[in-house]
Amino acid sequence: MEIRRRKNQIEISDLDPFLAELLRQIPASANTEGAPAAEQRIFSLPINGKETELCAEWKMYVEPELRRLFQTATQTVGADLEQLNGNEQSLANRTLRIPTKHADAWLSALNQARLVIAAKNNFTERELSDHLRSPIGSRRDLSLFQVNLYGFLQEFILRELDC
Amino acid sequence: MSSEPLAAEVAVRLIPIPRPRSAGPSTIGAPTIEKETRAEEELDLAWHVVVHNDPVNLMSYVTMVFQRVFGYPRDRAERHMLEVHQKGRSILWSGMRERAELYVQQLHGYLLLATIEKVS
Repeated sequence: MEIRRRKNQIEISDLDPFLAELLRQIPASANTEGAPAAEQRIFSLPINGKETELCAEWKMYVEPELRRLFQTATQTVGADLEQLNGNEQSLANRTLRIPTKHADAWLSALNQARLVIAAKNNFTERELSDHLRSPIGSRRDLSLFQVNLYGFLQEFILRELDC
Repeated sequence: MSSEPLAAEVAVRLIPIPRPRSAGPSTIGAPTIEKETRAEEELDLAWHVVVHNDPVNLMSYVTMVFQRVFGYPRDRAERHMLEVHQKGRSILWSGMRERAELYVQQLHGYLLLATIEKVS
């Protein structure tokens, strides 16, 4: 896999089918449905303690707006990922081009996915720092690999935004 | 930072929470009442915006968010990011409650763990 900036695009080339499939899973991975721990993390409360009035107001006014914001980001990413659709049986490598104007949507969707996967798997800080772990061992290892892959992509996008 | 504007679809739209204010006194000019009002305003100033540690969010991402949300220069944003990482939390801003809530709302839009806290 190669990743580089080309004019107004971030180009990910030589994407093998396995990595392409993991990228295709970003929007689905960001879905908190049926995962209370993930829902709790993504829509965390604005205050610790017992200020129930603020929490109730937050749920009523702010949370729906955040939900819309996160959904818009994953939809933008989903649309970009359509480039990888079709010919799924082929073992040929693919190329994905992300318009730089979608960089913020990608940062958000990647972050949502990483947080949801981490919450669903209850990863420890130690596990999250273990970048050498093989993705082949188990479903849990694969999820950890997914978190790290998405993190790598986030780092690259952040670096490009910084330029 | 990028000179490009934020993509419109991911910009955080701030929603001040509609909250009824405490009913004002009917005799506004009375000195005792004024003292109470001032005390109330002072109390309203005493709120912190606190960001809590999170093992998932990248350090570079957290730094970028602090720069964007608070307009802090990179070195100050990095100092706060390191404080969050090493001490588990950092106070990013202090002031009036309503503004503190708006900051927390923005930080949640970037998926950071943030709360408001009353200054004890």
